[in-house]
Amino acid sequence: MFNSRSPSRQWTVRRRAKADPVTSVTDVVETNALEKDRVTPVVRRGKVDRVYRAVATLSGSIVFVVMALIGGFLLYRGIDALRLSGWGFITESQWAPDMGGAFGIAAVLPYTVSIALVALFLAVPISVATALFITEYAPRRLRRFLTATIDLLAAVPSLIYGLWGLFYLQPRLITLSKWLADNLGFIPFFKVNEDFGTSLGVFPSSTFVAGVIVSLMVIPICTSVMREVFGQAPPGEREGAMALGGTRWGVVRDVVLPFGRGGIIGGSMLGLGRALGETIAVTLIISPSFDAKWSIVEQGSNSIAALIALKFSESTETGISALMAAGLALFVITLIVNTAASSVVNRSRSGSATEI
Amino acid sequence: MTDLQITTPVPTVGSSTAVVDDETRGAAGLTAKNVACWFGTKKVLEGVGLDMAPGQVTALIGPSGCGKSTFLRTLNRMHELVPGATLAGEILINGVDIYRGAIPVTDVRRRIGMVFQKPNPFPAMTVAENVVSGLKLSGLKVTKSEREDLIESCLTKAGLWNEVKNRLGDPGRALSGGQQQRLCIARSLAVSPQVLLMDEPCSALDPTSTRRIEQTISEISESVTIVIVTHNMQQAQRVSDRCAFFLAAENEPGRIIEEGPTKDIFTNPRDSRTEDYVNGRFG
Ligand SMILES: Nc1ncnc2c1ncn2[C@@H]1O[C@H](COP(=O)(O)OP(=O)(O)OP(=O)(O)O)[C@@H](O)[C@H]1O
Ligand SMILES: [Mg+2]
Repeated sequence: MFNSRSPSRQWTVRRRAKADPVTSVTDVVETNALEKDRVTPVVRRGKVDRVYRAVATLSGSIVFVVMALIGGFLLYRGIDALRLSGWGFITESQWAPDMGGAFGIAAVLPYTVSIALVALFLAVPISVATALFITEYAPRRLRRFLTATIDLLAAVPSLIYGLWGLFYLQPRLITLSKWLADNLGFIPFFKVNEDFGTSLGVFPSSTFVAGVIVSLMVIPICTSVMREVFGQAPPGEREGAMALGGTRWGVVRDVVLPFGRGGIIGGSMLGLGRALGETIAVTLIISPSFDAKWSIVEQGSNSIAALIALKFSESTETGISALMAAGLALFVITLIVNTAASSVVNRSRSGSATEI
Repeated sequence: MTDLQITTPVPTVGSSTAVVDDETRGAAGLTAKNVACWFGTKKVLEGVGLDMAPGQVTALIGPSGCGKSTFLRTLNRMHELVPGATLAGEILINGVDIYRGAIPVTDVRRRIGMVFQKPNPFPAMTVAENVVSGLKLSGLKVTKSEREDLIESCLTKAGLWNEVKNRLGDPGRALSGGQQQRLCIARSLAVSPQVLLMDEPCSALDPTSTRRIEQTISEISESVTIVIVTHNMQQAQRVSDRCAFFLAAENEPGRIIEEGPTKDIFTNPRDSRTEDYVNGRFG
């Protein structure tokens, strides 16, 4: 903010020469400081500070080292398969590396992303609403209870969600799938192949069902992050809004949500990361499909994580290399998503405004 | 948060209720009767009664911790927002109790505005949006031209127009502290309050901004009743018509020791404690 482009006028203080040091008055002389004259502030750090800094820097860099190691490992193990398939790895939708057939992520990847998007599409609004209810509307006792419950939900293993989803939720959910297909079938996402008819039998094991179950796992995480951020909305601004005759909703809209924008994005991205990588629940729900399709309600879906989990134990050397390459693709996508998200979060207002 | 333009041609500012009666416009009288306040079980105010006549400026003075802010916050129902805070007594605006349900709480707060010690503009909004934020917050609708007129007139009243007329699109937090405080005053005025409560509005400001705000106070005091908390005795003398002196003895709730025309409080106080305080001998 202070890096002016042109040489700026600055005030410098110069002592009058040869004056009595006690009674002398300092003169303010206006000069034209040049850009090259700008000072780079020198910081001298004490020993404790230096040690602390070193430790902190070290721990910080471990994260990058681990990331690089994982990426490097996946690349190293997957490179054979990538050489074999070439661009086909991106354009091919079948997966038959073990029989020497073609393989690629053209179907698995879109399925992975769709499941995550379905999950996020449901989880984000629900999480925002829940977090707002907890921070803004709930009485204090209920607030504590809800917070504890949600944290507990975040700790439930995904296998449990998967089993419950498979045996309890899915049979009930497919009624909704059918309703969507019957009433919103003109939208490609909700269309089912006419050949199958629209009996309930075509709806289980779909992207939609998997997405709903993943969303249940994502909601607690998103809600926790958002609740934390909403709770930090500056009390001064809240009171300012109230004192203007603001309704609760007005305060939420004009103070809490603008302040919490970074948290909403951050929480969603954390959820997206989890949704993209969710393995066991998705594996339980879906019936693997290697033909990409628009419909999310029709039977048949897939995900990279589920693919790896399902195929790993029965793969040949090439097969494993191909799975590693698929893992690399997932890793790269997660990185891209998170980098994009953090740049958005950084650009929005984070924490409190600068004090004056 | 960006688009405040409301295109529907609907009623004018200040008419949240269908019937625009005079009771909700123009300077209103505020009366506190036998007010007591608690934070949890700690009683911090007791037996406070005060009449704040329409169009007058009332200054609340007294040493730190004697309950001035607490009292001020009971006047527009901000006190109850603190968890565990309770009160007894009555606050009447033009004779109507604000706590016993006749007026919705959002209307109470719109009619009795507040300016805080620390400027608190909405940082996500531009200067212009900040001014009209109260309309949006309380669900009042204005046309685009009304909105522009309102922005100019409120900023002018708050003595900020000339400084910001070319920066209406800047974020509110890009202003200096003094400008932010005047922006907050403009924001309060935009919902046409009948009473404006000010809690040490100048304590973070330089002398020039302080003078500017004092000038603003005397300019707007005809159309809005003002209650101001201040630690600055000169300021109390310069801006107020009446003055109330609060004091809390050790481990006792605060009370009003003396109340009257400002001139009397400063030149001819009845109570020796008032005299000591206004002459800077304690507190
Ligand atoms: N949120 C709170 N919880 C508990 N006690 C409080 C709270 N706010 C204020 N108090 C207490 O209430 C009493 C009155 O506080 P208040 O802020 O009204 O004083 P004040 O006269 O405005 O002081 P100052 O001039 O320093 O602003 C003080 O004893 C204070 O400790
Ligand atoms: Mg105070």
